Amino acid sequence: MNGDAATNPAADPRDELATHIPALRAFAISLTRNVPEADDLVQEAILKAWSNFDKFQVGTDMKAWLFTILRNTFYSARRKTRREVADPDGVHAGALSVRPAHDGRLALADFTRAFDQLSDEHREVLILVGANGYSYEQAAEMMGCAIGTAKSRANRARARLAELLELDEGEDILSSPASFQAVAGPGGPQAA
Amino acid sequence: MAQEMTEEKSKPALRRDIDENLKRVYESALEPEIPDRFKALLAQLKAQQDGAQQNAVKEDSQ
Repeated sequence: MNGDAATNPAADPRDELATHIPALRAFAISLTRNVPEADDLVQEAILKAWSNFDKFQVGTDMKAWLFTILRNTFYSARRKTRREVADPDGVHAGALSVRPAHDGRLALADFTRAFDQLSDEHREVLILVGANGYSYEQAAEMMGCAIGTAKSRANRARARLAELLELDEGEDILSSPASFQAVAGPGGPQAA
Repeated sequence: MAQEMTEEKSKPALRRDIDENLKRVYESALEPEIPDRFKALLAQLKAQQDGAQQNAVKEDSQ
């Protein structure tokens, strides 16, 4: 075999795939909250991406393309199995030693617990927009919905998260209604 | 213990806090090392692809 020169690796977008695996895994773990399930999901997404690489448009955001494949795979599997597992292998359990931290920042442990209680769709939109910095337009494209839907979903997810955090902190919700009003906003949180 | 009660979060501050924590949650799952399982998978896919290519395009000069 002649190892070099026969092919031009730079021309093959498949070579870029490996660089996105850490992000794919993080996204999958955020969606499933379960590492083994996340890894199975990543594997399936890689296989789908590989066999559909002819549909990838060179020059566009490959990570976004892979995220789209992964989340579509996730939702079609969810529709089939409908299993609801809350952190069975303790992905986030290590962070669960709750200690009220009134230092002006949210405690990560409380936050993670609240995040885990969100719906799949709410976690998804927040990870795309809040953590990855995608625009609503990009997130909408990945989620296969309208921009307005992505935006309101993100707002509801944030409101729900804030609500869960307030409830976690317990006393605040009773003693300072102003903080509740601050998160509910006009119209208040709607059902998801 | 009621002293911090005065400090209530404005909406933008809360939002900033939320996004900051979302990044931390996401980054805590972000391990730079690619698990062996996926290295092996990619190597296998690559080998299949190279095999297919070599069949299609008969190895020519250089």
